[in-house]
Amino acid sequence: MENSNAEVRTAPVKESAMSKTAAFMREKLLLVWKGVIRENPTFVLVLGMCPTLGTTTSAANGFGMGVATMAVLIMSNIVISLVKNLIPDKVRIPAFIVIIASFVTVIQMLMQAYFQSLYASLGVFIPLIVVNCIILGRAEAFASKNGALDSALDGVGIGLGFTLSLTVIGAVRELLGSGSVFGFNIGIGDYTPLVLVLAPGGFLVLGFLMALFNKFVKR
Amino acid sequence: MEVSYFAIIIGAIFVNNVVLAQFLGICPFLGVSSKIETSLGMGAAVTFVMALSSIVTWLIQTYILVPFGIEYMQTIVFILVIAALVQMVEIILKKVSPSLYQALGIFLPLITTNCAVLGVAILMIQKEYTLLQGVVYGVSTALGFALALVIFAGLRERLEFEEVPKAFRGVPIALITASILAMAFMGFSGLV
Repeated sequence: MENSNAEVRTAPVKESAMSKTAAFMREKLLLVWKGVIRENPTFVLVLGMCPTLGTTTSAANGFGMGVATMAVLIMSNIVISLVKNLIPDKVRIPAFIVIIASFVTVIQMLMQAYFQSLYASLGVFIPLIVVNCIILGRAEAFASKNGALDSALDGVGIGLGFTLSLTVIGAVRELLGSGSVFGFNIGIGDYTPLVLVLAPGGFLVLGFLMALFNKFVKR
Repeated sequence: MEVSYFAIIIGAIFVNNVVLAQFLGICPFLGVSSKIETSLGMGAAVTFVMALSSIVTWLIQTYILVPFGIEYMQTIVFILVIAALVQMVEIILKKVSPSLYQALGIFLPLITTNCAVLGVAILMIQKEYTLLQGVVYGVSTALGFALALVIFAGLRERLEFEEVPKAFRGVPIALITASILAMAFMGFSGLV
């Protein structure tokens, strides 16, 4: 944030229009990118662990859960940033929860109508998006202090980071546990320990992936 | 629906342990479980709230949502009821029993966003339990939560003195420990 502000200030006045748009675009892109890597909700912030572990039995399930959460996050971020001045400070948390719960109900009904099998395999974790700490956390930490556009982009970034993490965890578990990725057989041999698709595998794969992330990405 | 209470209790505590098999309530499981004492407090607070919330949400589902045909409001209504309930318990405890409030107080606000409480309320309705079965299910799920939390806290207290590779320090090694614990709990499957 500070960097890009300084650039805008020192830029020559003549090439204002172009560089201003460019700086604006760069700032917005950085805002999105931040959510994917530097503030990755799963590997860095360690938020929303229940759906992360519970729905990543396959790459497709993880991806579906990530997209559903991202949709709720973007919509609730936009609405909360728009109504933030109307809500009295004391009741803001319940008000946020009602807004989030409404969007979760919308997503729940849409998935029930158009993605029956995904809805069935994600089960109780769809209504539980309400209590996903990521969404309330972003509402409180970002959307209640920033404008609608920035909040939407923050939702896109964090949502993409969440979707990416869930898809990777799901792919690893599916590959090792049943020898396929997104349902396509990869053919890595006959030994496919089912335990990786079951509960212990969730903890194990997430633990190792987080250690890898610590070693190579986070500095 | 005929389900014996024994099957519900054993199933909820051991076979389908809420944390280690169903992945609900992971946040407090990883966050609060570094000392046995605090995890006991958290376990007690969750048990208390879950027993109350399963009664209230069951009554609301049966006498308000179903008769008026507005079951789709379930998510919104349940989360609000649980949030209000937690707030109320906090206020009442403060007045009636300050010592209990001292013990449980700091954990109560955390419970609103504990997905295990909402999860149990929804699962209980999905399984079509009666009121008594629902309460038994809620309490034994909470006991299973407390059990997992206390065992895990014990493991983590030991883990503090071990030399862990740098990249694995903190959450990663905790997750791998939880994985081994979950494997141990898989031994209970087939019990009911």
